[in-house]
Amino acid sequence: MNNLLSIDSVSKHFGQFTALNNVSINIPEGSIFGLLGPNGAGKTTLIRIINQITAPDTGKILFNNSALNINHIKEIGYLPEERGLYPKMKIGEQAIYLAQLKGMDRQKAKLELKKWFEKFEISDWWNKKVTELSKGMAQKVQFIVTVLHKPKLLIFDEPFSGFDPINANLIKDEILQLNKDGATVIFSTHRMESVEELCEYIALINKSNKILDGKLDDIKRNFRTNTFEIAVSSNEVQTLKKQLELKYDILEPTFRTIGDNLKMNVKLKSNQNSDDLIKLLNERSKIIHFKEVIPTANEIFINSVEND
Amino acid sequence: MGKFTLITSREYLNKITNKTFILSTLLTPLFIAGIVFFIGWLTSVNNERIKNISVVDNTGYIYDKLKSSNSIKYELLGDFSLEEARIISDTKSDYGLLYINNLESPKSIADSISFISEEASSLTIINNIESQLEKILTNENFKIEGIDIEKINSKKIYVNLLQETFQGEKTTKSDGLVKYIFGFVLGMLLYMFIFVYGSMIMMSVIEEKTNRIIEIVVSSVKPFYLMTGKIIGTSLAGLTQFIVWGVLFFIFTSIISSIFGISSTYEDSQIVLNASQDSAVSSAALGMISAFINLPLTNIMIAFVLYFLGGYLLYASIFAAIGAAVDNQTDAQQFLMPITIILIVALYVGMLTVPEDPNGIVAQIFSFVPLTSPIVMMMRIPHGVPLIEQIISVLILFLSVILIIWIAAKIYRIGILMYGKKPSYKELIKWLKY
Repeated sequence: MNNLLSIDSVSKHFGQFTALNNVSINIPEGSIFGLLGPNGAGKTTLIRIINQITAPDTGKILFNNSALNINHIKEIGYLPEERGLYPKMKIGEQAIYLAQLKGMDRQKAKLELKKWFEKFEISDWWNKKVTELSKGMAQKVQFIVTVLHKPKLLIFDEPFSGFDPINANLIKDEILQLNKDGATVIFSTHRMESVEELCEYIALINKSNKILDGKLDDIKRNFRTNTFEIAVSSNEVQTLKKQLELKYDILEPTFRTIGDNLKMNVKLKSNQNSDDLIKLLNERSKIIHFKEVIPTANEIFINSVEND
Repeated sequence: MGKFTLITSREYLNKITNKTFILSTLLTPLFIAGIVFFIGWLTSVNNERIKNISVVDNTGYIYDKLKSSNSIKYELLGDFSLEEARIISDTKSDYGLLYINNLESPKSIADSISFISEEASSLTIINNIESQLEKILTNENFKIEGIDIEKINSKKIYVNLLQETFQGEKTTKSDGLVKYIFGFVLGMLLYMFIFVYGSMIMMSVIEEKTNRIIEIVVSSVKPFYLMTGKIIGTSLAGLTQFIVWGVLFFIFTSIISSIFGISSTYEDSQIVLNASQDSAVSSAALGMISAFINLPLTNIMIAFVLYFLGGYLLYASIFAAIGAAVDNQTDAQQFLMPITIILIVALYVGMLTVPEDPNGIVAQIFSFVPLTSPIVMMMRIPHGVPLIEQIISVLILFLSVILIIWIAAKIYRIGILMYGKKPSYKELIKWLKY
């Protein structure tokens, strides 16, 4: 698969401080890519480098297989985490201005903006000033401005912050639609449930280093602990329990079930497989619940960062 | 380049459509005109009270030639003794009583004229009476001696030395003053422009920063263009404001002078004036005009444009950098302080040292230092500065402009994305290396 963006050994220092240390990330075309990391890890610096707001000290970046340059600015739409609008300018005028800065023609910008304003049912805001809008309203306008010029690459830094659940959903659907229409999306967020829901690929940055990247499913596979949730109904609970304890590592159950009289998490040892476990359970009880414990993005995040 | 124009025009339009800006543009001259009008009105109210002066004229020819004006009215009292006239005048509540004895010669008449008034009289009134009497009596004296006044006036010789410096520059006695005033106005204008529009740029940068629009903008356009676009756009707005002020000032002054002008020309010159005084006045005025014409005007104009441009760009970049480095106006004070001090020093050197010794060592040094040269040199040039000095100074200025813009752009680029704490000078220097 073609990489829309290929970040190769990028480093960035601010005086003594290293913001990014030899970071390489590939972002496949058409993907939704989660850029994760704790606060101050270097995500924003990386995003700013992609946006050519700051230049890397070393390393190179390819956009669509050519070295990132000033012409790519119009191919990128960026919604920063800290975002605002000119308070004294009318909404419509400043949306046009910001679109023009991205290289759009004035008339075209106006036309496209009208469409988006209608879609979001905010046409009557056109002549209002930002000071008359709520924070969420202003965020909608910022979202429109970010995507208006139909960029190949969309970068959202905490896009859902400031939105109520209804509007957050609206924005999420728009992002998915834009992705379906061909846009590659980079998400930078701390909201792991959005990552879980939206991202196909992730990269995890911690203390200026990339510590993890790839397809989310693959990563999860690598992070599996060979642990299974089991819940059974048995006449010989104590015997079964002893047997299991003898053979496997038993952990506290982390799930809810009904109609069982024995439940636990069972961690297999490296030479064991789940077939034997199922066989054993089947012989001595009625299986009500059997599920492999798949690490959540949240767990992967916390684990990786803590073990780093 | 297209984006640069876009930014510049947004900054410009945003400024000139701003309500505060429009109000200050229109109200400042109105305010000044209002003050002038008010003072004029106060003066005219004061003058409207006509001051009655009773005259006892025993000579029979002086009263006829006394001219009343809008504020002073002379009134013949008839044939009374000084004591009688005093009582009459007092009961009439006159402003004063002018008592003229009839004696042999105008000289002895002049020595015996008395003026009695309620309180100590104002200088203008005494001057008015004295100068009128002087003219009348001098003319009378000439007549008695058989001297033809017309002839005297026409044969009067005026002397105005042709002054010249060793370099061949022509000067006159009024030159010094005209040069001082001219230089002062130019320097002051530059100083004001730097401060008013420089801080406007700073505010605009701080505003973008605190509104957090900045990151959206710099993801579309290089911070350098944003900064320079802001500087140029604000300067254009400033120029617009200056032009509007100029036009309004012209309109207001013509209105005001047409209202108050008539009343202020009460000094009627019908009576033959004292020849020597008259010519002194007109030659001073002529001297001013010729001094003005004698100024190196072409030099001043070119230098003004260059120093204005250079000085403004220099300070505007510094203001932009300060705006980027801080989060709010209060934090900006720390960085504004040294700039204010430098500018005020420049102004003082220009006002105090330059008129004393325009080509002295202090004035020279300050007109080479780029931060002070625009103001100090502008105040020196009317006095005549060797061209080579000017060229070196302008070169230094513009090289510094390039350097400062470069430094400011670095600080700006880093500063606009830094939030939270006020950086120290040390940190600012570190930013230059990022």
